[in-house]
Amino acid sequence: MIRESQLNPADAHFRDTVPAGDYFLKVLKEGETLRILDLEGNQAADTLFFNAKDTAERYSAMDTIREQGNVFLTAGTVLRSNRNRPMLEITADTCGRHDTLGGACATESNTVRYALEKRCMHACRDSWMRAVNEHEEYGLSKRDITHNINFFMNVPVTAEGGLTFADGISAPGKYVEMKALMDITVLISNCPQLNNPCNGYNPTPIEVLIWH
Amino acid sequence: MTELLYDYTMPSGAHWSFRLRRGTALRLTDLEGGANVGMLFYNPEEKLERYNAPDTLKGQHTFKLTRGNCLYSDMGRVFASIVDDSFGWHDTVCGNLDDARLLEKYGEHNYQQYRNDWTLSGHASFLTELAKYGLGERDLAANLNLFSKVVTDDNGQLRFDAGAARAGAQITLRFEMDTLVVMHTCPHPLNPASDYPRKPVRVEMLTAAPVAKDDYCLNFRPENARAFENNRLYHLGL
Ligand SMILES: [Zn+2]
Repeated sequence: MIRESQLNPADAHFRDTVPAGDYFLKVLKEGETLRILDLEGNQAADTLFFNAKDTAERYSAMDTIREQGNVFLTAGTVLRSNRNRPMLEITADTCGRHDTLGGACATESNTVRYALEKRCMHACRDSWMRAVNEHEEYGLSKRDITHNINFFMNVPVTAEGGLTFADGISAPGKYVEMKALMDITVLISNCPQLNNPCNGYNPTPIEVLIWH
Repeated sequence: MTELLYDYTMPSGAHWSFRLRRGTALRLTDLEGGANVGMLFYNPEEKLERYNAPDTLKGQHTFKLTRGNCLYSDMGRVFASIVDDSFGWHDTVCGNLDDARLLEKYGEHNYQQYRNDWTLSGHASFLTELAKYGLGERDLAANLNLFSKVVTDDNGQLRFDAGAARAGAQITLRFEMDTLVVMHTCPHPLNPASDYPRKPVRVEMLTAAPVAKDDYCLNFRPENARAFENNRLYHLGL
């Protein structure tokens, strides 16, 4: 569902560009709003959320999908935790749908999906591994790295039970915005995937904005 | 040739875990129809390696699991292959019934009243078994829900297909590496039944025939062949 934001980027108290292949790690306070902006289009922002006060509680694709009875994320979706509690609510979305089935790229899954020779290419899970080791203060480790959201990705399910990686429905300037319902640690890998046509083999930067 | 090693009928609402060796198989039978088996896999030698539902689904371009599909770990390897399946469509995205939903759907249920028929939620069942291996909430990933069919429409809307239940439905998993199997027989979280479905499941452990070059699962998708190659490398120590 397309819903435009009422927020003005000039009023944001935080703005940062995250290049493709880099990660973003920051605490979002309860009540704050986060926008992820697809600057050049067809990028994938592979995102994990944690309860900043107790990281054993984290975003759960299963709880989110099951409780809303739908596999897509869009405006109105409540992102739920593994304790089936609301963590964030998507308040605006100019893209229309985001994926939470397909998971993140990893060097290991690249060997399976593409070729064994693709092992040493950059991948989202490696970016997360680097993030958790460069920021021990967040108390995260590989145990906490699970089923994520792929903002701006379009992964339809067919009636026969197939999973398809359709052309992106994102475009330059499209964004998704969500309000934190508790203090949230945000961990994004801005995807460096070079093997998947969905980004035109050209990973591009995203921008992250936060409003009080 | 396969040989039956062990046979056990697991009651509904129960939990169990065990370690299966590479080269063994697990045959599960929904004896009465309408059962659900929640299942998770870990590498017993490195328990941070676990079943990865997103890699399994996207690697095989599927939303459902059935014969031919391999169950991938997050390290690009195959825990188990689905070598036989008469059910046709198993879920791996809906997760578990939790304590709050168990109470809401089926009412107060306690040990004093029900004795050994007392049933935990699927979520509590998994946590109970995981604790036996030093694992906990952080290790809980998206699980299989065998014998539960959940379909979606064009808009992504989910529907639990209660009509898919069939007495005698059977699935066989062949283990391609040593695996810690954690399972429960609690109802699927979207099962609309108003009474707690009490459905037993037969669990049979068998020896598995070696994987031949023309193996159905190995050749089901090129991705599976590469994941099997990762298993081969793993068993070499790579
Ligand atoms: Zn990626």
